[in-house]
Parts: sequence; structure tokens; C-alpha cells
Amino acid sequence: MQESAINIAVNLITQGDPDLYEIIGLSLRVSLSSVALSLIFGLTLGAALATGQFRGRAVLNIIINALMSMPPVVVGLLVYLALSRSGPMGWLGLLYTPTAMIIAQTFLITPLITALSRQVIEDLYLEYKEQFASLRLTQSQRIKALLWDARYSLSTVALAGLGRALSEVGAVIIVGGNIEHLTRVMTTAIALETSKGDLALALALGMILLGLALLINILLSSLNLSARRQAYA
Amino acid sequence: MPNVIDINRPGTGNLHKLLPSQGLALNRTQLDLTDVHYTVAGKQILSKVNLALHAKGITAIMGFNGAGKSILLKVMHGIVSPTRGSVHWNKEPTNAEHRLQQAMVFQKPVLLRRSVKANIDFVLKQRKSFAPATRNALLARVGLDEKYHVPARLLSGGEQQRLALARALACRPSILFLDEATASLDPASTAIIENIVHEQAVAGTKIIMVTHDAAQAARLADYIVFMDAGTITEHNPSHHFFAAPDSQAAKAYLDGRLFHHDS
Repeated sequence: MQESAINIAVNLITQGDPDLYEIIGLSLRVSLSSVALSLIFGLTLGAALATGQFRGRAVLNIIINALMSMPPVVVGLLVYLALSRSGPMGWLGLLYTPTAMIIAQTFLITPLITALSRQVIEDLYLEYKEQFASLRLTQSQRIKALLWDARYSLSTVALAGLGRALSEVGAVIIVGGNIEHLTRVMTTAIALETSKGDLALALALGMILLGLALLINILLSSLNLSARRQAYA
Repeated sequence: MPNVIDINRPGTGNLHKLLPSQGLALNRTQLDLTDVHYTVAGKQILSKVNLALHAKGITAIMGFNGAGKSILLKVMHGIVSPTRGSVHWNKEPTNAEHRLQQAMVFQKPVLLRRSVKANIDFVLKQRKSFAPATRNALLARVGLDEKYHVPARLLSGGEQQRLALARALACRPSILFLDEATASLDPASTAIIENIVHEQAVAGTKIIMVTHDAAQAARLADYIVFMDAGTITEHNPSHHFFAAPDSQAAKAYLDGRLFHHDS
């Protein structure tokens, strides 16, 4: 079965199957968009938690860490309730659209990006703190400098977020509905083919997904290696 | 406030020779510490520190390990708040504007994960005084003008400390604090830094440095502040201190002996 799955995967890619490329394109669009949004929210919150001294910081850290392990189906359910017709955001008509999937994945990934970036920035801040105090940097100047200097480590954080987004199925299937040519992504397609008993096709799609993740990892690892050689990481 | 000392002299470490014979005129000061205490985790690090430092020249702070020298320097610089007491600059409590006129070089240089020139540019831009010529002049002054694009963390220890000094000078400080800035450097790097510190003092910057190197203090300093167990045991002109220290602790220090308070 494995060999036939490989053949199917190669054939799907080399023959330029339009359905497959549509699914891959949507997977990348949804995942990259949600990672981009999560980076905006997560890095801001992570930097604030790493450098700020405010009431409730410890509690916020605990909540963020707890949210990291929130099951995707629960996130999907909460976003579904918010976006369903009777929900508070129902009037937007976003349920069963790629936008709903992006929203769900953003909620899912933001705690991960926040917690990991907080750790990266906090470690660097411990090193820089006294020097920053001596230079009389403002809070925003500190955060900008830290984000820039930690950019290579933070790219690994972004990668972890992308990995979670690409591999996620529970939330997107609830709010997206796995509708062909509209909200079907790699993971939901794999779930569907498996349920239909077409294990070879499901495995082929899984291999393509793995290949994509591998490619992104290789690119970012090369970037990090190059930075490390330059002592910038 | 007018300065009482003509700093335009041929060398540092000789300020006392230019002063009136009746002794140092320490009544006109730039930095005043009044009844400064610093306690952390129940441990008293600084106790009853009263100190008036002159506006110009080089002051070396000396003392045994754990005497509180580095903390005192950080309190003066405003990056550590005293538990009690106050720090004044020209009779005013030190404020943000005063502190922008200070810079500090730490024993272990903390450099940004950027190139040599980017480390300088960062400070010049923050101080809104960026100009490539200014950066180039600073790097040339510390002998790093051929290493503009080298990642700062790939420099040798001596080069990193010179870059840290250049960055401090980019702040155009009125007071420059040096916390054992040459402690782990070879003689050549130490000489380069000492020369720059000397030039800076001649140009009018007040230098306050912590050092364990008695020879360096004798070479550079105009005044010595000696600390023992969080208190200041003496504050004297350098020649006086090295010829006949007032305190038993300072005598023991210069003799290379440990000092026991019950002895």
C-alpha cells in the first residue's frame, strides 16, 4: 500500500492535478494567514510579558501556557458558536469560509507564539536589560531592539506555529465544514479520504503535507544556521 | 556651575598637582550621594554612603570583592535605585535628562547581535545624532575602523570592550562610568582603553571607574574612593591614598592582605 501511495502522490504532483493544487494552495493560505496574524498578536503580547512589570503578569503567563494545550476541537467549537447564525458574530456570515478557518487557527496558534516568543525574548532581555537601562531606552525601543535581535530565534517560533497550523484538523473542520473547492484543506481532505476508505490517497496527501513541512523546515534551518555562523542568532 | 579645576593639563592622574596646597576643593561637586543605603534579600550591600564627587577628573573606586563598588557605581548611574538616600547632580535630584548625559561600560560588554557599525548606529539613532561620519570617527578612535561589517560577537574580548567604549562615547557623556572595564583584557587593549579614558577626562568628561588594578588607579586616577563592607572608608587624592592610606582596610588591600574587621 505504501508503494502505491508514493506512486499516487508523485502522480498527483507531477500531473498537476488542479484539485490537489487548490487544496495545497488553500492550506498554505489559511495556515500562513493565521501564522501572520498570530505573530502580530503573539509577539506583541510575548514581548510585553517578557519586558513589562505589571499586575497580573504571572497570572497571564499561566493562562497563556494553559491555552497552549487547548484542544483544537474546543477552539473550533468556540469559534463556531461565535460565528454561527445565532452567535454574537453571526451577522458577519463567516461560518464555513476560509476566513472562519483563519480565525480559528489564529486563536489556536496565538498562545503558542506568545508563550514561545516570551521565553525567547525574556532570555535575551536578561542579557540586555542592564545595558538597555544604561542607555535609557524606552519600553518601545527595548521591544523593537529585542524583536530585531531575536529575529532568527523567533523565526523558529513562527515555524512551530506554522507546523501546528498545517497539521491542524479539528478546528478547521468544525468552522470550515470541509466543503469541496471552498474550505477543503490538506488535513480535512485526508480525514475525508480515510473515512471513505481510500487510504492510499489519504496517505499520498499526508506525504505531500509532510514534504511541505520538511521544505519549510529546511529553509528556516538554513537561515538559522547562517545566522548562527554570523553570531547573530 | 563653574568648575574649580583646570582640566586642560598634560595628563591625568596628576590633578592634585594643580590644586591649591590646602587640599582638594571638594565643595563644588557634580555628583552627590547622601545617606545612600542599598539592601537586597535582607543583605545590606551599601550602608550610609555619603560621597561628593568632583565635576571633573578621574575617580577610581577600589575595595575588596563584595565591598559594594559595582552596586555603588550602578546607584550613581541610576540603573539601581537605592533603598534609602538620594543621588543629586549639581544639587538637583538626578532625572531622566541628567541620566541621558551618562554612559557606562560594564566588565562584560553586552553587545547587540549586529555588526560593529550597527551597534554604534543604534545608539546614535536613539540619541538622534546619527551621522555616518560620527560613527566612523568613533570606530576609528577605538581602532575598529576596519571592522565595520564584522558581527560584534565575533570580535575578540579586547575589541568587544573597545566597541562597548565607543558606544558609550556615542552618548556624549558628561559622566562615564567604567565597571572593571579592563579586568579581563591584555595589556595592549588595556593601554588603548586607558588612553581613550585619559583623553576623555582631559576633554572634560568626569570618569568614575571601579578597578582592582592599583597600578591602573595610580596611573589614571585623581581621586580614590575606598570601600569596605558597603561603606566608604576614605575618599582622598590618589597620591595621598597610595602614599599613606587612612584606613586599615585600604592598607591591607594595598599590601595584598585580607582584611578582617575584628583584627
